[in-house]
Amino acid sequence: MGSSKDQLLVRLKELQIDFSQYEHPVVLTVEAQAKYVGNKGGALSKNLFLKDKKHRYYIVSALADTKVDLKVLSQRLGLGKGGLRMAPEQALGEILQVPLGCVTPFALVNESARHVSLLLDQGIKTQERCFFHPLSNDISISLDAHGLDKFLKSTGRDPSYVDLEANPPVGKDQPPDLAAFIPSGSTVLPDLPDEAPASQDSTGNHVSAGTKSAAVIAKAVKPSGNVQNVKEKPVNGARPSIPSANAGKFVEELLDKTSTLLLSEISEDSIKQHGGQLGTEVVNNIQKCLREDLKNLATIFKNTAYTEGFYAGIHYQPKRL
Amino acid sequence: MEKKEDQQLQQEEEQVVNPWEVSAKDGGKIDYDKLIDKFGCQRLDQSFVDRVQRLTSRPPHVFLRRGVFFAHRDLNEILDAYERGDKFYLYTGRGPSSEALHLGHLIPFMFTKYLQDAFKVPLVIQLTDDEKCMWKNLSVEESQRLARENAKDIIACGFDISKTFIFSDFDYVGGAFYKNMVKVAKCVTYNKVVGIFGFTGEDHIGKVSFPPVQAVPSFPSSFPHLFSSKDDLRCLIPCAIDQDPYFRMTRDVAPRIGYHKPALIESLFFPALQGETGKMSASDPNSAIYVTDSAKDIKFKVNKHAFTGGQESIEKHRQYGANLEVVDIPIKYLNFFLEDDAELEHIKKEYGAGRMLTGEVKKRLIEVLTELVERHRRARAAVTDEMVDAFMAVRPLPNMFD
Repeated sequence: MGSSKDQLLVRLKELQIDFSQYEHPVVLTVEAQAKYVGNKGGALSKNLFLKDKKHRYYIVSALADTKVDLKVLSQRLGLGKGGLRMAPEQALGEILQVPLGCVTPFALVNESARHVSLLLDQGIKTQERCFFHPLSNDISISLDAHGLDKFLKSTGRDPSYVDLEANPPVGKDQPPDLAAFIPSGSTVLPDLPDEAPASQDSTGNHVSAGTKSAAVIAKAVKPSGNVQNVKEKPVNGARPSIPSANAGKFVEELLDKTSTLLLSEISEDSIKQHGGQLGTEVVNNIQKCLREDLKNLATIFKNTAYTEGFYAGIHYQPKRL
Repeated sequence: MEKKEDQQLQQEEEQVVNPWEVSAKDGGKIDYDKLIDKFGCQRLDQSFVDRVQRLTSRPPHVFLRRGVFFAHRDLNEILDAYERGDKFYLYTGRGPSSEALHLGHLIPFMFTKYLQDAFKVPLVIQLTDDEKCMWKNLSVEESQRLARENAKDIIACGFDISKTFIFSDFDYVGGAFYKNMVKVAKCVTYNKVVGIFGFTGEDHIGKVSFPPVQAVPSFPSSFPHLFSSKDDLRCLIPCAIDQDPYFRMTRDVAPRIGYHKPALIESLFFPALQGETGKMSASDPNSAIYVTDSAKDIKFKVNKHAFTGGQESIEKHRQYGANLEVVDIPIKYLNFFLEDDAELEHIKKEYGAGRMLTGEVKKRLIEVLTELVERHRRARAAVTDEMVDAFMAVRPLPNMFD
């Protein structure tokens, strides 16, 4: 359950932040908002909820007339030219826990938005007051940058303002100037491949045409991982869970790989060729081909289990005497 | 016996090889024989490869079989000691200058993982975030962030957490490590360090005082939480040959402060897609295959940018065969990454005779690279921040020699 607008307003008052609030019919755009509070002595803000290719999220909060160029921002963050997109609607609800048209820095009060990075337009500092939605788009509140900072600090963030219109060159000797805004520590979803990779078994030349499809199918059906939690997004309140070393899944993956190779090794041809010796032949091949692969899987499993133990160790509470 | 490299360095330099710049003479190939000669290290010949196979009871790594790791210093002493039952530890590192790692970056790590598994020895990995902060003018925070990000790709190479300690300079320098740094620094004059690394009066003092930081992980006393009772432990450093200057300096200093000289095992440079005039460059995305490249990217880059020795037309190719005198990148890359010796020989023969076309060689390379990158990506997905914390924690490794 995310914070409601009322909880937020109470919190702002508790923090002794000076703000004015105006209720109005639900608005989904800055233009619509302007109709109701445009003349109330505060600058309007536009708030973008963005996502990069590695599923990291950003809120860009700017004055309504500051020019924001996503291509430039993407480069300044070090994401290359086309690295930033508008986040999907679903993410608004899941991560920011606000309705459509209500992106606001105040959404960062929610645990689910812990890893969302915030870029604040330095123009906000130049205004006496600025309007934002407090988690609901039938209210707008205006406050000054100082008040906004106080709020952000209360969520454990360090507010910093950027010149969003700047377009500094980014290259070999000029590192991206906004790179520090890349969120770290978020659970990273494994990158989904653009297309099924044209990969073969490491046996290379011994693999016949029939095998290739079996291997590719096996890979497509069983996505990586004995590590289960890496794929889950944090849902409000829960801190990103430590992936658990799941013995069952691990064994399944080992059996899968072995079975695939086994099936590929036993065919009409190979039976004809090796006859009674087929068993030995297959075992040799399996050992040769799978040894390294299985060892790698085992190492990942071991490292994951160790990490679980390490985490438990550093969080362990000594017995009270 | 090491040669007096100072005199040679003062002579006309045709090719430039140092930790910050690698370029061949006149846009040609790097002359590795000349390099070995100039640096004063030893060629790694077949007898070594056979000996490693005997000692470890497993087939030698593809990089050893193909001469990718081709030079060494004192490897024979390490192997002699190992045979007597005296173990050693491994030390390698990375300068985290960019988030994007390419295959060239992975090479020393892939080889080091093999060494860890084959010899069953512990490993320390240094992330020189301070160096990159200084040389690449990154902020402290940014270089630390990059160090952690790179650590994830390094971990994905498959190191065993119960035998591996990863550390960043900004986090770890101090204590026993710093004491060794001062000991080393006292033994190297300003003139010497200028001679080795080419510093000038315009370079800031951070650069000038950095070399000891990269030198002291070679000494076990720099890691009291790991090697407190083993002051005698030897160190083997797998690295690319451009790092040799740091360790020449270290080997010079070591006996003077009562430590063993670290041994080295050195690799060739991984050529850029466009040809072998130098190293891959992190700033030109088309010069390298990155670990984040998709299968489509790899296919495009190899097909479009790989420099080959194939003839201009199919007819000419069938007639004359490929020109393998020139650096044919697909063959070169297969040399690094295609495990099967027999298949590689076959491809070289057929391609050289003109019976196999450039397109077919490229196709095989694309398969091999895609599988490699896919495997890495899957392993990388399993690495979490908590795992990085665990690898980087200053903790004992009780089973490091098991």
